[in-house]
Amino acid sequence: MTEPAPHPDAPLLEVEDLSVTYRAGDREVHAVRGVSFSLEPGEMLGLAGESGSGKTTVALSLLRLLSKNARVAGEVRFRGEDLLTADWRRMRAVRWAEASVVFQGAMSALNPVRSIGEQIREAILLHESVGEEAARRRTAELLDSVGVPASRAGNYPHELSGGQRQRVMIAMALACRPQLIIADEPTTALDVIVQAQILRLLADLVRDHDISLVMISHDLAVLGETCERLAVMYAGRMVESGPARQLIQDPRHPYTNALSSAFPVLGDPASRMAPAGLPGDPPDLSTLRPGCSFAPRCPQVMEACTEREVALWPAGDERLSACLRVLPDYPDQHQEQHLAARVGARSGS
Amino acid sequence: MVRFARAYVQLPTGVVGALILVGVAALALSAPLFIHPSDLSVSKASGPLLHPPLDGYPLGTDQPGRSVLDLVIWGARPSLTIGLIATALTVLVGSSIGLMAGHYEGFVSRSLMHVTDWFIALPSLPLAICLAAVLGQGAVSITIAIAITSWTGTARLVRAQALAVEARPFIERAKALGASDRQIMLRHVLPNVAPLILVSSTLTIASAILSATTLTFLGLGDPTDVSWGTMLNQAFGQGAVTGGAWWYLLPPGLAILVVVLGFTMVGRAVEQILNPKMENRR
Repeated sequence: MTEPAPHPDAPLLEVEDLSVTYRAGDREVHAVRGVSFSLEPGEMLGLAGESGSGKTTVALSLLRLLSKNARVAGEVRFRGEDLLTADWRRMRAVRWAEASVVFQGAMSALNPVRSIGEQIREAILLHESVGEEAARRRTAELLDSVGVPASRAGNYPHELSGGQRQRVMIAMALACRPQLIIADEPTTALDVIVQAQILRLLADLVRDHDISLVMISHDLAVLGETCERLAVMYAGRMVESGPARQLIQDPRHPYTNALSSAFPVLGDPASRMAPAGLPGDPPDLSTLRPGCSFAPRCPQVMEACTEREVALWPAGDERLSACLRVLPDYPDQHQEQHLAARVGARSGS
Repeated sequence: MVRFARAYVQLPTGVVGALILVGVAALALSAPLFIHPSDLSVSKASGPLLHPPLDGYPLGTDQPGRSVLDLVIWGARPSLTIGLIATALTVLVGSSIGLMAGHYEGFVSRSLMHVTDWFIALPSLPLAICLAAVLGQGAVSITIAIAITSWTGTARLVRAQALAVEARPFIERAKALGASDRQIMLRHVLPNVAPLILVSSTLTIASAILSATTLTFLGLGDPTDVSWGTMLNQAFGQGAVTGGAWWYLLPPGLAILVVVLGFTMVGRAVEQILNPKMENRR
């Protein structure tokens, strides 16, 4: 096997101008358009967006797990190696041994007729030349490290609780000591308590083993808890990225704003009463219109929004936003509103 | 497995079917202990010719003077052997084609299913007769003929189920794990379709035994072999029907009925346990 030597200071993962188009009959759906990001070793990146924004498609395209009707363009460089052009043998070796996935819905991502121990062992035996006994021992260690008693290795998925199943998925993702874990909505369908436990577990494990993490969720708060950096996607495009705290507290794109206010702030009754959510639906991705895709639903839409092409513009330290308002040519209504809201809150209390 | 056994014991049809099969299998396996080959030899037969039941011959004798009871017991051996081997071939061919057609998309799947359709369209009895004619008379050609004409049902069944399994997320997870096509088919899809294959194979054995008997009755088997099909064939050829020799015709016919019934009962019972949609009807 010819494994290219990784550059010591290069990012672990570099995605450049990634586009994915699904063919459905004679229609083409542009699920992902020109997404770029990079990930340093040990970094945790959160990918946010509503259903259909293309976040799962981005995640799956990293390991070329998309269905056959998907056309992928752009570049995905993992340790300097372009994965989109790598041959299948190499791809199979990269999968799981170097980059693994925590899937959404652990119940359905586990084979119902095989014990969980068997399924974790499968990953180890596929990629490492170790004996059955060594794999068994490692499985026990893995289960132990995610807080599932090792004695449950012989259990079948339906005999575990939802949280335990997700823990098993995490153990499985760690099985081959990967450098990158892609977690696709790892806590959806879990209650808040278990959700917090799983998130903490995942973050701790990733930090302890110095693994990079791409976490996908529709819930900005969930991502903000775990990840240092966030990227927000809308209609297949990245609309904003930046450090997690700043991005949540001071969004520079109206969509991020809408997304973060869609979740009530705990302990703040005012936020529960405040009108939240967005009118309208996400655009049909089979027809591309010029300008900003968010314009039809944007509360701060201007005339220029439907005319001028948007791109990710710098919007402060390490921050990018695809909103015309961050450009000096346009009035930044959002900033003013934000200030006004703060002043209002202060005078109200 | 324990749960399966416990559920099975509670189904009267399954228990009766299993008892029938165990009895028949025990008789067939132990037959050489109490039936000497000379008892079955046409030239060495010592009984009266074509005689109704009498002392020493509880089911009467056939034309050359052999005991019909001995013949019926001995006849279980080739019938069961052909039925089991033909079913094993059917399951092997049908499941592998079904699994592949369910796993690979596009050209491979389509061509496999076209081949299957083509075999379904062929009339099975004439095809089996032609095959037996080409391959020569005997148990081997009958087994192959049955397997070739009956694998299509299993293939379609397995493909339909495999498609449903392939669409489930754990297959995607297996792909992300770096599993190869073969590993996905054998380790993830096969265990999920195995119950279905088990049910269909118990039912296939019954029909394979019937087909084997049909083909030997039509004279495609080895005439020197003693099987239920050849017995019926000889009885028919020697005028047992017109001669009113009921003791010659009835035993092999009933034996076939009992064995086929046994397999069908077992098959239905297994189906009732393994098919979640039928579970409520119990």
